[in-house]
Amino acid sequence: MFSEANEKKLDEIITHYPVKRSAVLPALYIAQEEHGHVTDDDVRYIANRLDMRVNEVEEVVTFYTMYSRKPVGKYKLQVCRTLSCWLQGAEQIAEQIEHKIGCGVGETSKDGKFTLMEVECLGYCDLAPCLQVNFDYHEKVTPESVDKLIDGLKTK
Amino acid sequence: MTKVLTSRFHLNGRACDIDVYLQTGGYQALPKALKEFTPDQVIEEVKKSALRGRGGAGFPTGMKWSFVPKESKRPKYVVCNADESEPGTGKDRDLMRYDPHQMIEGMIIAAYALGARDNYIYIRGEYWYIKEILEKAVAQAYERGYLGKNILGSGFDCNLYVHPGAGAYICGEETALLESLEGKRGHPRLKPPFPAVVGLYGGPTVVNNVETLAVVPWVILNGGDWYRQLGTEKSGGTKLFTVSGHVNRPGNYEVPMGYPLMSLINNECGGIAGGKKMKACIPGGSSVPILTAEECEKITMDYESVAAAGSMLGSGGVIVMDETTDIFETTRNVTHFYKHESCGWCTPCREGTRWLYKVFERMHRYEGRPGDVELLYDLADKILGKSFCALGDAAAMPVQSAIKKFREDFERRIKLNVVQIQKAAD
Ligand SMILES: Cc1cc2nc3c(=O)[nH]c(=O)nc-3n(C[C@H](O)[C@H](O)[C@H](O)COP(=O)(O)O)c2cc1C
Ligand code: SF4
Repeated sequence: MFSEANEKKLDEIITHYPVKRSAVLPALYIAQEEHGHVTDDDVRYIANRLDMRVNEVEEVVTFYTMYSRKPVGKYKLQVCRTLSCWLQGAEQIAEQIEHKIGCGVGETSKDGKFTLMEVECLGYCDLAPCLQVNFDYHEKVTPESVDKLIDGLKTK
Repeated sequence: MTKVLTSRFHLNGRACDIDVYLQTGGYQALPKALKEFTPDQVIEEVKKSALRGRGGAGFPTGMKWSFVPKESKRPKYVVCNADESEPGTGKDRDLMRYDPHQMIEGMIIAAYALGARDNYIYIRGEYWYIKEILEKAVAQAYERGYLGKNILGSGFDCNLYVHPGAGAYICGEETALLESLEGKRGHPRLKPPFPAVVGLYGGPTVVNNVETLAVVPWVILNGGDWYRQLGTEKSGGTKLFTVSGHVNRPGNYEVPMGYPLMSLINNECGGIAGGKKMKACIPGGSSVPILTAEECEKITMDYESVAAAGSMLGSGGVIVMDETTDIFETTRNVTHFYKHESCGWCTPCREGTRWLYKVFERMHRYEGRPGDVELLYDLADKILGKSFCALGDAAAMPVQSAIKKFREDFERRIKLNVVQIQKAAD
């Protein structure tokens, strides 16, 4: 079950399509918004809600990189690693963050606040290097600006 | 220079509001199309414009629309491809966040031309804030009667929905996109049948890029001939290029088709950063063959000229690299991308990209074995033209072109050669 507001939202989304199943990606976003990641219960619930089999939902979740089946930090720090950002020093950005939050790529900081991820092209090539924190874009970041940003998030 | 698609960019996003869009000439093409054009006449006008798809393949848009059968038992659909994930490309982003109504108006006109009632914008999930911009714009268009039942009294019903992707480059490939929209994994479909005949939910479907659809209102307003003469005879109109990498002013620039590549780099982008020299340039997103600085001198930015130089205009993502750039490393970087994004459906691409990257990894550590450069080339050859969709080719072409043109950057990575270099130095 999702919150009442989200249940309503999902009901509305389902009306966009001739088949319920088309709402699976939006439904998974709702699950992730509510629980931080997609839980086993979410998978079963969404399957039930959209007339899908559990394994059909599971195969969708695992295909798309924006969903997580395991708990992640409150803030997902997603550093773009692809060519245009790489040319502008994306590697140094990732290293700086590792330093700052004390964990490596793919890991979550001890306080559970941050998960560091290297992701592929975010579409901000002309504004490189780019960092996405959950859904928020940060363009033309530097090791210093990333430092400040994380300090700010730590106190939130 | 004539600004067409970017004419409202200086408003810095204020054109997201429908009133500002209306004050600046918006929603004039749609009533004109509904009143003065039959659906077939819209398609004819688009044909006249010589508009070619801006998503990468450059397929003539009017022709694509004419493949959709007039009569169909199943509903027809227009789907806007806003998945923008080709490395080096960020133009659809600005088209949507600075002028969403332009694209929406184009989409409604396309839907009218094809007789499609329900239509979808498939936008990459990372662009969540742009999805919200689009949803607001769509809601405003409904309020003002540009969407919904009986649009402007024409009897034509049209709905538009915004659908998020969730982080998969392959979902930019049109048939994988349709699978994804149907709630499945994004594996491409066998073609033919092409989507124009059997597409979304089995109905005839036109998939067009954001920029392609954003052009449509202009073609209706000013005429196909007007649009065409902005560019070259075969590549009509203007085009938005995202320039990234080692230039002084990276950004999105709209220039006429046929504009010299070096003018784009030197004038619009202020030249190479730090006063350095250019080494190489990828003219159309990471999927197309790389060009040497010398090759770039002769090129004009239109489909024909870039193809004649052995590359492709692709998505219009221009990635510029200065003389200090190691082309082995840049190629390793994009190979990682394709390995990561291969959907796993077919063997040459799934296994080939992984194997390629394995060789890149050991060469990266300067542990390349004699014959590894040839091995890379050969592996790419086993993917090229042998995979299920164009992602395989997109992985192979950059590797082969980089080896052909910048072989010394690769040879340096062979262990034996390092020993030899050291010996020579001693
Ligand atoms: C691997 C792959 C990724 C693609 N990604 C995109 C994309 O992000 N956006 C896009 O418009 N077209 C993309 N395309 C091209 C589409 O398949 C399709 O040709 C295009 O959306 C058609 O629209 P157009 O005719 O307006 O260009 C991609 C193609 C391939 C093979
Ligand atoms: S070429 Fe690659 S992306 Fe395309 S179907 Fe085969 S495995 Fe999937």
